[in-house]
Amino acid sequence: MKNEPRILLLVEDNEGDAELTIEALKNNDIRSEIKVIKNGEEALQFLKLEGDYAHETLPDLILLDINLPKIDGKEVLHFVKNDEVLKKIPVVILTTSSLQKDIAYSYNNHANCYIVKPGNLKDFTTAINSIERFWIQCVTYPKNN
Amino acid sequence: MSYGTEILLVEDNASDAEMTIDALKQNNLANKLLHVKDGAAALDFIFAEGQYAGRPMENTLKVILLDLKMPKISGIQVLERIRTDERTKTIPVVVLTSSKEDPDIRKCYDLGVNSYVVKPVEFDEFQKAISDLGLYWMIVNQQPK
Repeated sequence: MKNEPRILLLVEDNEGDAELTIEALKNNDIRSEIKVIKNGEEALQFLKLEGDYAHETLPDLILLDINLPKIDGKEVLHFVKNDEVLKKIPVVILTTSSLQKDIAYSYNNHANCYIVKPGNLKDFTTAINSIERFWIQCVTYPKNN
Repeated sequence: MSYGTEILLVEDNASDAEMTIDALKQNNLANKLLHVKDGAAALDFIFAEGQYAGRPMENTLKVILLDLKMPKISGIQVLERIRTDERTKTIPVVVLTSSKEDPDIRKCYDLGVNSYVVKPVEFDEFQKAISDLGLYWMIVNQQPK
């Protein structure tokens, strides 16, 4: 498709969920490069292009879990949306939490959307496919983050 | 129909509006849709003013589909007003426009649009994009209460 995000950053500590997400995205034959980060601290390093991530390119789309080790997803979201350069990057919250306080926090801090991970495999795959169809195939991103 | 509205379609182009509503209808997503034709009417509805004065302000909207180039008040002005008001700042707004101009794309993401979709020119692609977009925002996404 015409305007796929070049780089998709998946911040997910659960290896099974990360694998399922990548597999579902790849089944849709997307061309985006998927980078996986397993905790909030490294996600912030990546987004600041610091340390091991100094030579990375900023992502066009972030899929962000909330419950993460070290620094949680809420803090990562807050950092992204308060940074003049990063705030343009759409953040899809992808989490097992359906707590209203987490949903409210996310929207109040400018998450672009909030997806509760379904518990069973079939619905999980459907949700990821839906993310793919909307965020990879439909959405247009700003150039040169 | 204004009570319990779940989708607010803000679109001045009659044929684009018709195609959008048709595509949503095919997925049974247009039952609680309200179509307004300019930015002023959109603001009246969202803030219960003018012809919508007295409408309960409790928010039932799952998504606002917002065109940019419109008479009277532009989509960017509507977005700005939504995002700067505590009562409405967390309502999901998807810009749906023919503008591929990067300054428009950047401005919308800067103002906190949830996503930016360029209307596909080709009929089948337009139908598919609206159908994917509708299913995503009406079924998969969790909005704040």
